[in-house]
Amino acid sequence: MALTDSEVQKLEEKAEAIRETIINMLVSAGSGHTAGPLDMTDVFTALYFHVLKHDPENPEWEERDRLILSNGHIAPVRYATMAHAGYFPVEECLTLRKFGTRLQGHPERLKLPGMETTSGPLGEGLSQGNGMAYAFRMNKKSNRVYVVMGDGEQDEGMVWEAVMWAGKNKLHNLTAIIDRNNIQIDGMTEDVMPLDSLRAKYEAFNWHVLEVDGHNLRQFIEAVDEAKAIYERPTVIIAHTIAGKGVPDIEFDYHWHGKPPTKEEGKRFLKEIRSMGGKVPHEYS
Amino acid sequence: MIRPDAKLKENLFEKDIEKKPTRDGFGLGTVEAGKVNKNVLVLCADLSESTRAEWFQKEFPDRFVQMGIAEQNMASTAAGFAAVGKIPFIASYAAFSPGRNYEQIRTTIALNEQPVKIGGMHAGVSVGPDGATHQMLEDIGLMRMLPNMVVINPADAEEARKAVAAAALTPDPTYIRFGRASTALFTTSETPFEIGKAQVLWESEKPLITLIATGSLVYQALLAARGLESDGIGSIVVNLHTIKPLDEATLLTVAKRTGRVVTVEEHQVAGGMGSAVAEYLSELYPVPLLRLGIRDQFGQSGEPDELIEHYGLSAPAILHATRDFTHARKPAHEKHSH
Repeated sequence: MALTDSEVQKLEEKAEAIRETIINMLVSAGSGHTAGPLDMTDVFTALYFHVLKHDPENPEWEERDRLILSNGHIAPVRYATMAHAGYFPVEECLTLRKFGTRLQGHPERLKLPGMETTSGPLGEGLSQGNGMAYAFRMNKKSNRVYVVMGDGEQDEGMVWEAVMWAGKNKLHNLTAIIDRNNIQIDGMTEDVMPLDSLRAKYEAFNWHVLEVDGHNLRQFIEAVDEAKAIYERPTVIIAHTIAGKGVPDIEFDYHWHGKPPTKEEGKRFLKEIRSMGGKVPHEYS
Repeated sequence: MIRPDAKLKENLFEKDIEKKPTRDGFGLGTVEAGKVNKNVLVLCADLSESTRAEWFQKEFPDRFVQMGIAEQNMASTAAGFAAVGKIPFIASYAAFSPGRNYEQIRTTIALNEQPVKIGGMHAGVSVGPDGATHQMLEDIGLMRMLPNMVVINPADAEEARKAVAAAALTPDPTYIRFGRASTALFTTSETPFEIGKAQVLWESEKPLITLIATGSLVYQALLAARGLESDGIGSIVVNLHTIKPLDEATLLTVAKRTGRVVTVEEHQVAGGMGSAVAEYLSELYPVPLLRLGIRDQFGQSGEPDELIEHYGLSAPAILHATRDFTHARKPAHEKHSH
């Protein structure tokens, strides 16, 4: 069912609050990745606040959908979104990367309920999602599996082993989501290792391919719904995003892939987020 | 003398003792485990005949998963299966799994604590003609370094069957090592097996030395012990089938009893079972220790027996090395103590 304008607006406001949390936690941590978490905030907001069957009170609920974060380095967006969804207090986000925290620099399943997998080394999430999706089908269960991957991550050979296997097994209960922000640590993806055309690659492996504006919540959610209706093959949603989305100062800039804002930068970024489209007032600044 | 409580085959030392490859135990054990628990799966990377995964496939076609030649994907897909309550066994050659997919095993199985059971076939030089690329000699070291990982190296096909069936019942990530060549089937269904519990198989009246062996070389160590006995050198032979967790109590007991230890394995001496024994004993009860195994080199083509002989791991080679080591000059501090 299509989202109403007011539902979309609520999700957008949620996304902005999550972006603020991400900036705050990165400044507090003093290390970590900025661009990816910011550009995937809209997708994670849509997943946790609209798409996923889940229960923050009961993270191990058997009937839940499984969300696998394969590119573990964008964990701050998942932590922040989970906190806003009620998995744990938002204040705990400030413990990111600190000694004794549940919010490890790269996520660990056993540290934080609801993480589903341990990730960071790239290319391993789709395989795990595949195993889960196949197992659900064996068990005649309707749980869906979502796997978030980076675009740079597609350089890993193992991704294509998993893409091939999912295509072979027609895993229709699995949806992969690629953050197509066109950057990776060393530069633009098309300079480091050209990925174009991702669509043709996935289609060649027998996947259903959808491309959306990764900042258009309505479009993304419609794509997720379409994927549910495809029974012959797994679906990949290529979410075209703007690296660092939400902070005009750093948008499109690959240098922000792997570093956090300083305290001063953080302050400035927060102001920029809060003035986005005039939707949120300047009151905090 | 063979310990009666080991319940080994009676015709143990006869030349015509039945021989089977330990990988047969993978096929038998997975079928057995599959009958007990419908969540047991077998994943294989295009080697179902030689790994014996096809024995499970024939019995439970719906629970056999063909991965193609993709060991990295196999390891992490298995982790995904385990996350939904399955107990996946993954089968390939040890050179590729854990050789090629080590990081996937480390992150998605060991750190992630998923009960994936990794079967590494064709380990050791006894792979034979295939040569060095396929003769995995570093797997025990790789796997025993991983936190949460259990490491088992069965002594014959029967013990391998028991190890596989037992591993299916634990929640632990587990590595089990198997050989390609047919080797003596010297244990019986009555021989006790418990993960983490070393077995004393041979015990002379006045043992001067302990042989600690693992894998199919346990049989060679027993043959050597019999030869040593007739040379007047009493010994103890320990089957250290579980390399992690290490049965420290048994190691300490035999080290105290004989004061000298020889380890025997078809693996690099660096990082292998002998290293594990040396690490433990040197911290708590240092004794002179000789490690027999592969010394910082790769294997080569040849017949299995020929290669075992060449690398000094046959019964006669173990016997000679052990005899020399037993007669070797005692360390200075032992002299002074007299």
